[in-house]
Amino acid sequence: MTHHGSRVLHVGSLARVEGETALYLRLDSGEVAEARLAIYEPPRFFEAFLCGRSYAEPPDITSRVCGICPVAYQLSACRAVEDACDIVVDGQLAALRRLLYCGEWIESQTLHIHLLHAPDFLGCDSAIDLARTRRADVERGLRLKQAGNAIMELLGGRAIHPINVRLGGFHRLPTTTELRPLAERLRRARDDAQETVRWVAGFEFPDAGCDNDLLALAEPGTYAIESGTPTVMPAPTTAGLPPGSDRALPTRTFGVHAFGGHVVESQVPHSTALHSLLDGRRHLTGSLARYAVSGRWLSPIALQAAQDAGLGDPRQGTVCRNPFRSIVVRAVEVLYAVDEALRIIEAYEPAPRPYLDVPARAGTGHGATEAPRGLLYHRYALDADGTVTDAALVPPTAQNQGAIEEDLRRIVQERLRDGDPTDAELTALCERAIRNHDPCISCSAHFLDLAVERTGNSF
Amino acid sequence: MPSVTRPRPRLAVWKFASCDGCQLTLLDCENELLAISEKVEISHFLEASSATAPGPYDLSLVEGSVTTQQDVDRIQHVRAVSRRLVTIGACATAGGVQALRNYADVAEFQAVVYARPDYIETLATSTPIQAHVPVDFELRGCPIDRGQLVEVITAYLAGRNPDVPRHSVCFECKQRGTTCVTVAHGTPCLGPVTHAGCGALCPAYGRGCYGCFGPSNSTNFPSFIPLLRRDGMDTLDIVRVLRTFNTAAPEFDAVSRKELGQ
Repeated sequence: MTHHGSRVLHVGSLARVEGETALYLRLDSGEVAEARLAIYEPPRFFEAFLCGRSYAEPPDITSRVCGICPVAYQLSACRAVEDACDIVVDGQLAALRRLLYCGEWIESQTLHIHLLHAPDFLGCDSAIDLARTRRADVERGLRLKQAGNAIMELLGGRAIHPINVRLGGFHRLPTTTELRPLAERLRRARDDAQETVRWVAGFEFPDAGCDNDLLALAEPGTYAIESGTPTVMPAPTTAGLPPGSDRALPTRTFGVHAFGGHVVESQVPHSTALHSLLDGRRHLTGSLARYAVSGRWLSPIALQAAQDAGLGDPRQGTVCRNPFRSIVVRAVEVLYAVDEALRIIEAYEPAPRPYLDVPARAGTGHGATEAPRGLLYHRYALDADGTVTDAALVPPTAQNQGAIEEDLRRIVQERLRDGDPTDAELTALCERAIRNHDPCISCSAHFLDLAVERTGNSF
Repeated sequence: MPSVTRPRPRLAVWKFASCDGCQLTLLDCENELLAISEKVEISHFLEASSATAPGPYDLSLVEGSVTTQQDVDRIQHVRAVSRRLVTIGACATAGGVQALRNYADVAEFQAVVYARPDYIETLATSTPIQAHVPVDFELRGCPIDRGQLVEVITAYLAGRNPDVPRHSVCFECKQRGTTCVTVAHGTPCLGPVTHAGCGALCPAYGRGCYGCFGPSNSTNFPSFIPLLRRDGMDTLDIVRVLRTFNTAAPEFDAVSRKELGQ
């Protein structure tokens, strides 16, 4: 088929992403007329049913938005409610929260690297398929993922919807003796994480560059995870650089309290997630954004691994804007998270109490943390007895949707210039372009339910 | 004479309205994952593989609750192509946290979240899978327990019933040797009325059970509710804890309505 004329490509359900989404692509005379990520995950109305609940409940309730990043929800919720109540959790309790979050980063990012993303680079359908030819690589990934789960299980009780997180801290603190075996395991995991960076760095990466503003939290002196200030690195073309340029640009920041004024959500008929714009422009959150604004604060072992993997030196103003290479950045982040978890364990001394009291008061609070897939913002309004009167959740995938669609348009357009791809080739290319961003569909929990035409075996 | 190898049983995993945590539990079975994948043919598991094979399937694991008309139809299809159908997790077995809509005006809920509710197609209720099709086995939990999931898959492969106890969390607390948080500290705990399976996690962390596995097979709420009140819970607290992750479980639903005089 020539691409002179009109052609519609429809993928009924995307595999190896978290949740349910479909893809709609319309080509007209060799041009991409439309690229839509049509998300049809049924709406679950979290923001609505949080109203009327107790201010102590959002951490446990919102964790059920997403089974793949529950800690992100628990800690964004804690920070927002604590902010409303004017309580700051710091010291060893904050360090333990960061340790728990490192566990989630390790297991969630490792899951994406090995089970969802790597098969794209190696021409397989799944990690199980991959295990037939590269069992050692898959087993290493599973071991690494288990190390992340081990942190979550010790500190949180279980890896999915941990039970030990509460407002002000934890229900129970681990002892230094309990953490010791974890440290031994993490030292082995550090070798696995280094090997993983080397492994993914050897994949073949198409040339690509995303020309979006990047948004991540930044906390000078550390690689921001569980706290920080929203920081924006503008798109390269705003400074006359080519899209995909690896040069860092000067950043701007705004307070987390101002988040709603900068990141504005709007509803579009074609997708079930609310779209959002940052100061009127499409933006991207997640590993590429974090690496751009915080890369210089990585630990020495992670910085070295990044350079060896061809990512350059973030301390010299080098960033990565190739979405295909996000797998390498994720692997570096996993290595950092293992290293950071070890540092926290080595410096651990139990706090005098497992939690700070958080007395209820009327007010509005804001909280943002770096979920594995990007910046996750929560806002709650409370009345004087601690009843939630208003709630807003802005997950990373909802923010990234515009940038993902832009990526699809650009990547397909470039492919059309190189000849006449078949529908199957285009589909595979689009699926890869989407999986680069590790979209979490359950997270974008405000999904509308489009009447998506399904094709093939997508039932 | 060439030996005939028996075809591997075919496994399918389906998602309805959920957080994906229960199907993720299967990927969290790191030690068993590759072994399971050798024993069964994973024919349909979109989260993990882009290769899908059409039915029929020997065993379907179903996650999530039914919240759209499309899913009402889809679960019928899943049932039709599945020899055995096992529901996994609180959404599939008891409507999940999204069943809180069952007590509310959904139009109002839509208006809270969406500027244009007219774009949304959704049902007024979130219902368990069992409300729509016959189910061979229900695995409880928010999320399900990894060990129990492996047991269910193993049992169906071996052609026997899963050995999954239906007693309360209190039994697991005793097995674990945890001091009762209610007796020792006066902490309200749903352990006496909650289905076992988590290994009595919350009390081991000094926290009262919050009922994420739903009701056990022998609840005694008339005796239990006064205990919760004695330990400082009021009517609103009791209703909230029952109306969380297993909202549509009949026992929890009935007691919460009774508490509110409905």
